Order: sequence, then C-alpha cells, then structure tokens
Amino acid sequence: MAENTEQTDWAALVFRVRDHQDKAAFAMLFKHFAPRVKGFLMKSGAGETLAEECAQDVMATLWQKAGQFDPARASVATWVFTIARNRRIDALRKARRPEPEELTWGPEPEPDQGDALDAQNDTERLGAAMARLPEKQRELIERAYYGDLSHSEIAAETGLPLGTIKSRIRLALERLRHQMDVKASQG
Amino acid sequence: MSIQHHLNNDLLMAYAVGELPEALNLVIATHVSLCDECRARLESYDALGGAVVEHGYAAVADGSLDACLARISGLGQEQPRKAMSRQTKSVFPAPLMDYVGGGLETVKWRPIGMGAKQVILRTADTDASVRLLYIPGGAAMPDHGHNGLELTLVLQGAFRDEGQRFARGDIEVADASVEHTPVAEEGSVCICLAATQGKLKFNSLLPRLAQPFLRI
Repeated sequence: MAENTEQTDWAALVFRVRDHQDKAAFAMLFKHFAPRVKGFLMKSGAGETLAEECAQDVMATLWQKAGQFDPARASVATWVFTIARNRRIDALRKARRPEPEELTWGPEPEPDQGDALDAQNDTERLGAAMARLPEKQRELIERAYYGDLSHSEIAAETGLPLGTIKSRIRLALERLRHQMDVKASQG
Repeated sequence: MSIQHHLNNDLLMAYAVGELPEALNLVIATHVSLCDECRARLESYDALGGAVVEHGYAAVADGSLDACLARISGLGQEQPRKAMSRQTKSVFPAPLMDYVGGGLETVKWRPIGMGAKQVILRTADTDASVRLLYIPGGAAMPDHGHNGLELTLVLQGAFRDEGQRFARGDIEVADASVEHTPVAEEGSVCICLAATQGKLKFNSLLPRLAQPFLRI
C-alpha cells in the first residue's frame, strides 16, 4: 500500500487524525510506526511482550496528542521517538525525566511550508547520512539512543549534519516568539 | 538579556536519549525552558532519535492494530493548546515549579550560614542531588569541591566566577577538576538551581560534620 509509494506524507496523516479522528489514516501510521517503535523498545532492552504493549501505548498517545504535533519543528518519526523514549523511561523505571516548559502557544496554526517540508525530510536525510558513517560510529550512536551507554560514554560529536536542523528549529522558534509578542501587544 | 552560557552537546544528547540522573534532568529541562538555542540543539538530537527509530523493525503481534483501534475509540483527544501568555515571567519555569510545588514565594529555605540559604529538591537519585540556593549579594556560594559533574543555573540575580558573569538563564557546567568559587553580584540576591553528581566534599571541617544533617 502506501508503504511502497515514493514517500508517504506522514504529517498529513497526523493532521487527518487530529482534524477528523480519521481511523484509516491512523491505521497507516500504525502499520509504519508500531513495528519501528517495537523494534526500538526491544533494542532498548524490553522483552517482546512489554515492547508490544508499549508500542500500542505509544501509538495510542499519538492519537491522543495529535494536536500537539508541530510539523515545522519535527518529523513524525522524531515526534514518535520522543513519545517512545518517554514510554521506555517509564516502563524500564529509568530516572524520571522532567520535560522543558512547553511553548504554551502550541504549534503555529499555519506553519511555514518550507520548514515543515524540511523537517519531514530530516529523518530520511539523517538516515542516509548515518548509513555513510563508519560502522563503529553508527553503532555508537544507535547504542546511545537504545539507552545502552552511560552518559559519560555518550559522544555528541556524531559527524552528522545536525547543525542545519538546529538552525531551522531556531528560526521556527524565533518566528513563534515574534508572533506571540505581536499577539500580546494587540491584546 | 540574551543567554551567554549554554549546555554542552554531550549533556543535551544524554538528556535527549534519557540517560541522565533525575537531578541533572531537572536542571537541563529548566535551562532549556529559558533558552531557545539549547532547545533547538536538543530538538536536533531528537531528530537523530527519529532516524534511529525509523531504522529499526520488529513485527507486531497479530491483531495488534485492531487492539489499538479498539483502545483509541474509547479515548478522547487532547485539545491543541491555544495561544496564551507565557508563564516564564515567573522566576521558576514549569518543570522547576513542579518540583517546588509552587513559585519562589513558596520555597521553605533553610539557612546554611553566612546569610546563604538552600532547599534540597527531592529526587529518586542515589548519586546525584539538586537544590535551590539563595545567595546574598556579594557572598560566595558555599565552598565545596565535588567528585563529579556540577551544573549551576541562574534564575534570579547574577554571579561571577573565573572572570565571567552568569545571569538569568545562564548555566555553568563544571567538573571535578575545577576549583572555583562563584560569588553573587553585589546589590541583589542570586537564586540558582544547582545539581551535582557524586557526593559533595566540603573543604572545611564544620560543614563536613553538618553534611548528613543538611542532606547536601
């Protein structure tokens, strides 16, 4: 199905879930992301049963929080990662991880199309860049995300083009703050 | 008043993957609440997490989708947040407010000498701790060495250390090799959130005796 088309617009499917509680759109998201979340959790040390259960939890959270997905700042895969990471922390009783204060105005009503497109393509671009890394380096990155390294073993120098992603997010945040200031001065 | 002193990438990535003690997580979450630069860097490490998740695969059980569909049909959706004024006008950003159980005015300070006060925030950590510090203008932070990492985030006022100035939102990252003495700027009280990993070791005898009682 959609899996084999050139590229599925995952963000559009999340919007259909958000705006129309569209179960067909949810099913397509589930087919793609649930096995990936399960794989991630198993590599993070969860047994099969726990990973299955938590993958379903993660997908149910995606349904509930679809309104909080911000396409200008993250791809759907990135957003799913953050939900899966938090579920893993709970499930494996890792140290509680308080979250930064939410930007209280939430996602932009009309996100910048260019930013949103770039963000949605990040996952693929980073995946391709990772595939080009020496195997040892790639393995170290994966192990870090699977929670397999202590924080003193984590090397943030990944050799990946994270700087461009950072710059884009930085601009999106600036734009949000600016819009917020305009709103505040009007009302 | 832009932030001059940021978190390093190692800490941001360790926070992104969820491998830090709770005490450090709290200080990082509080700094990121105030600092767009670090928020953007943090979210770029989340993006890398997205690529890692995308890469893995484990077939789900038969009937998994149906089970999940059944579950969500009973679930509502959270309303997207509406634009509203920022809460960060408060001295404590949201994650810190959660731990304190209120704003600055609700803190139950305990004196630790020389006019300085502190309160330890409860975490489940065994080898890390986090506390709020109240340092009168012109006074030095309680003098201590430490075995591990130390993060000090300014919430109000400013301190100087090693010729540099740290004001609201600035974070000083120090490790065991650094002997340093932050001093609060003259004129106003400096309030900081400080986390340490590893037990503190005090440089003078008296505080060392007092350590068990103060739970530093």
